[in-house]
Amino acid sequence: MAGWRDAMRTLAPGLAGVAIVLAIAALPLWAEALGDDSRGEMLFQRHCSACHQIGPEAVDRIGPRLTGIFGRRAGAIDGFAYSKSMTRMGSDGLTWTLETLDPYIENPKALVSGTRMNFRGLAGGADRADLLAYLRAYSDRPRDIPEAEPTARKTDHDLDPAILGIEGDPEYGEYLSSECTTCHQRDGSDRGIPSITHWPAEDFVLAMHAYKRKLRPHPVMQMMAGRLSNDEIAALAAYFATLDQE
Amino acid sequence: MTLNRRHFLGSGLAAGLILKAPEVLGQARPRVVVIGGGAGGATAARYLAKDGKGALDVTLVEMNPIYTTCFFSNLYLGGVRDFESLQQGYAQLSGMGITVITDMATGVDRAARTVTLAGGTVLPYDRLILSPGIDFVEGSVPGWSLADQEIMPHAYKAGPQTQLLKAQVEAMPEGGTFAMIAPPNPYRCPPGPYERISMVAHVLSQKNPTAKILLIDPKDKFSKQALFEEGWAKHYGTMVERIGPDFGGANVEVRPGSMEIVVDGEVTKVDCCNVIPGQSAGQIAQIAGVTDDKGWAPVTPDAMKSKVDENIYVLGDASAQGDMPKSGFSANSQAKVAAMAIRGELTGSKVFPAKYSNTCWSLLAPEDGVKVGASYEPTPEKIASVESFVSATGEDAALRKATYEESLGWYAGITADIFG
Repeated sequence: MAGWRDAMRTLAPGLAGVAIVLAIAALPLWAEALGDDSRGEMLFQRHCSACHQIGPEAVDRIGPRLTGIFGRRAGAIDGFAYSKSMTRMGSDGLTWTLETLDPYIENPKALVSGTRMNFRGLAGGADRADLLAYLRAYSDRPRDIPEAEPTARKTDHDLDPAILGIEGDPEYGEYLSSECTTCHQRDGSDRGIPSITHWPAEDFVLAMHAYKRKLRPHPVMQMMAGRLSNDEIAALAAYFATLDQE
Repeated sequence: MTLNRRHFLGSGLAAGLILKAPEVLGQARPRVVVIGGGAGGATAARYLAKDGKGALDVTLVEMNPIYTTCFFSNLYLGGVRDFESLQQGYAQLSGMGITVITDMATGVDRAARTVTLAGGTVLPYDRLILSPGIDFVEGSVPGWSLADQEIMPHAYKAGPQTQLLKAQVEAMPEGGTFAMIAPPNPYRCPPGPYERISMVAHVLSQKNPTAKILLIDPKDKFSKQALFEEGWAKHYGTMVERIGPDFGGANVEVRPGSMEIVVDGEVTKVDCCNVIPGQSAGQIAQIAGVTDDKGWAPVTPDAMKSKVDENIYVLGDASAQGDMPKSGFSANSQAKVAAMAIRGELTGSKVFPAKYSNTCWSLLAPEDGVKVGASYEPTPEKIASVESFVSATGEDAALRKATYEESLGWYAGITADIFG
């Protein structure tokens, strides 16, 4: 497909005739502003295609098909065995857009803690923009998918290592955790509300910051995390880490 | 003994000694008495015992041996939850060293710092926590008094009243009329009046589809109004008719003897009438003399301490604290702040800045759940709302179902947090 695009770019519009009109319908030129989709295709082959297919004939394999991923609710393909975490994010309202796919591809666990996607993430912002440009070409009405802000490609969603490195005060964390246990059960039961026990501290911190920045959709969690400072999130992580040792 | 302890507690050093060597001081552990074993009182007792690690002598006084939660009691009315699922016991709290006394507190001597129980027991305290919930304002609904509760139930203290209301709804004649006299602000919620309307409508739409519901409301507007009205229209068509103050909803009288309601002078015969009167702090707060002229107990926003007596804390529905609703979630949140403050005072433990929060889920129909919530922080004047959210109208069925399932998780979570 990307080869088609390259060919189209080199043709003068007047010479292309009907073929160009059809091609534009399938793969509009204005999609290119996001990133280099031919490079994106290469990245897709390298990182994604072992598990995912994309295109009109794509089917679900180890991972769900990625055709039409933009605008799709997380966990929405009928019959695909998503993780509980992904299904929950979907019903919370997580929808795949430039804004959410970018941090997800950068570090899947920041958005979906229990995702089955065994992928460590794509650190480079330019790589992600190229990959997203490629994925977008296979979504419905790609021209309606907003272009990334000029700064978005450079956005580094990764938490500042200084934030991840904060030593939390477990005693403070214990007090703060009493707000969590109004809903989340200490015994790890996860009916209706996910368990937060035995959770690696770093994943916990990443998840809380994703809520704080409203990348994760749940309104209660956005509110609870939104008023926690970096120190308070670290304190909670430190406290929950002591629980794991019990 | 009491004097000695007071003397000791005057210095942080001595407080530290108590913390480090409770086995030596034995009987001299500071005493906290908690009145009311609901969401506020039981949470406070549990957190004092759990985090105090034996440094405090905690007594919980509750008149019911089994507690029935007001939250989710509407779901029982709607037939989506059984009565037993609302019932919580105190065995876990006893098991963690809390003295649980089944009795009613009838007196508080603030000078002597003692509580008297109906059974005659006198309990001395260093700190007293009052979490008595609500009582009704006499005469707030003309024609109705507590003596009429068997004919026109309030069902606003969960238990036999809730069972009675359910039986009355189910016994309504075909095409009969259910009326609710909704309360003025401020009112306890849950059990929310409007969720109750939804659940009664659900039952009637299944068993008695030509029945009518009259909601007589003295208030111009109410929480989650757009969501409820959308839900009622969607699930129950024209069954629910709300009569607001512009049509006489604030000018109402009831006649339990003839099962009539009089709205703006117009008499209507009804088959079931749920009267939810105006409310005030539970009676013991009034007996203790910590309530204001509006009938609620003013507290400090940073710790829930009574503004009248520094040895008393008031939690939950009974308190006048600012922006938080009178919900079990709020009471649970406030109890944790108060427990931390009391431990700080009595044992010298660290005290952190107060944070409060609340979320209220409501069920519009089975699996159609909505929610509203906010976070709160103390300001010098009151507990003030910082950030809030509410479900949107027009949400899809999957999200509403997830919201309902989340509320089930919350019920399990908060009852474990309150009762152990």
